[in-house]
Amino acid sequence: MKHFRNVGLALAATLVVSQAGAQELTGTLKNIKDTGAITLGFRDSSIPFSYLDDNQKPVGFAMDICYKIVDAVKKELKLDKLEVKLNPVTSATRIPLMANGTIDLECGSTTNNAERQKQVAFTNTHFLTASRYVFKKSSGLKSIEDLKGKTVVSTAGTTNIKQLTEANVAKGLGANIIPAKDHAEAFLMVETDRAVAFVMDDILLASLVAGSKAPGDYVISKDAFSKPEPYGIMLRKDDAPFKKVVDAATAALYTSGEGEKIYNKWFMEKVPPKGLNLNTPISAELKNEFAKPTDSPDPEAYK
Amino acid sequence: MNYNWNWKIFFEPNPMGTGTYLDMLLSGLALTIKTALLAWVIALAVGSIVGVLRTLPSRGAYWFGFCWVEFFRNMPLLVQLFLWFFVLPEMLPRAAGLWLKQLPNAPFWTAAIGVGLFMSARVAVQLQAGIGSLPRGQRMAATALGLTTVQGYRYVLLPMAFRIILPPLTSEFLNTIKNTAVAITIGLIELTGQARSMQEFSFQVFEAFTAATILYLLTNAIVVTAMRFLERYVAIPGYITGK
Repeated sequence: MKHFRNVGLALAATLVVSQAGAQELTGTLKNIKDTGAITLGFRDSSIPFSYLDDNQKPVGFAMDICYKIVDAVKKELKLDKLEVKLNPVTSATRIPLMANGTIDLECGSTTNNAERQKQVAFTNTHFLTASRYVFKKSSGLKSIEDLKGKTVVSTAGTTNIKQLTEANVAKGLGANIIPAKDHAEAFLMVETDRAVAFVMDDILLASLVAGSKAPGDYVISKDAFSKPEPYGIMLRKDDAPFKKVVDAATAALYTSGEGEKIYNKWFMEKVPPKGLNLNTPISAELKNEFAKPTDSPDPEAYK
Repeated sequence: MNYNWNWKIFFEPNPMGTGTYLDMLLSGLALTIKTALLAWVIALAVGSIVGVLRTLPSRGAYWFGFCWVEFFRNMPLLVQLFLWFFVLPEMLPRAAGLWLKQLPNAPFWTAAIGVGLFMSARVAVQLQAGIGSLPRGQRMAATALGLTTVQGYRYVLLPMAFRIILPPLTSEFLNTIKNTAVAITIGLIELTGQARSMQEFSFQVFEAFTAATILYLLTNAIVVTAMRFLERYVAIPGYITGK
């Protein structure tokens, strides 16, 4: 089929020589131009990346970035009007909906790794998260070594608990590792002193601390169990023209310093709906990445 | 569809370090079968007792059976598991609640008991119908022979009733297996749960759920075949399910 279409295109090109230069649109860009609409996939509770506010409207750090991409696409296609459709996705539906063309961009907190890149593409990284641990100030922990022989909790079925188990063996900590059902339960174990520390993605820890009864009692560690892993906005694989537009838009956003402004809005100020403040200043690694945007899935690329 | 099919994914190592992705799904299947078997034992035992209660001459027994069935069958299974798992420990005295929460394998036991009680209501209704379908003369004949109520049920009514309801019981057993999938919401990583975590790690969502579907189909096909043999073996000649 594709072959025939190419032959047809070649014929058409020779017939209409005068139109040479007007580039043929393909893939997502063509689709957006034809329908006059772009569909963004959003998550309903990935605070502060992509979630519903009190008006049931999707907002967040990733949503702000996506709207900037939409502006760039509109400009690229020279459209007067571009309708933005919003479609909720979950971790289970984001791949099928991306593959079958329901959504064009997934604006959330999806980790960009090599294995996933076999299935989808990612634009420039918008966040970096590492496996760290939260503990009570009163417990006086200073480094991972201080966890020796203590009870440490992490959430079952995550890569974090895997990293913790490995570090426990590698560093000979002899810590007692207990798996918890979910993040809230794991945090509760630290709150009730059943465990001294909870190992998880640092940004998730920050939102748990911000939402706790006494945010001032907790500290998130400086040292980490893993290298920072990138979050990226997801798009369809093998769609180079669209990816080029999206990459250019995000690169321009990050290098201009506007990216950091949007970051501060969601991570350093109160965010709706409950007015939580995550108080997470931009990391040195992410600052470097914003200066030199990359879509690499390799944690080594973000030093 | 812009999708990168990769059926070889099952033989690639999973990131949890527990072998391949296939091993991950098979360990989920094992947990599904364990949960379903325990739930089915509970459903049969409790369902039989409640079903019999509903056919006894005693009004109190009838009402107890009636309340049991209506309580368990009129609430969605998902809500029931939530109640057992999250609400019950909070309503107990603090120490007992804490003990319950810290039990090892709490999701497994909660799922097996929760699904078992839910299915017991269905078994009870069917057993009641099975006993009800027997000619009235059978009960009377048992009494006339001088059998006590217990003996009447044990030697006359139940052996007949259970054989009559064996085909619908087969589908209830299949339902029990499928219903265990609801338990992912309380953190039981059974077959559906493993398929989910496989797609989370590898992004091969269609392969993961295709494999889970096939495993469910195979398991249920084995159960159906085994039950057919059992039905033929215990069939009463000349009766509905007989030849």
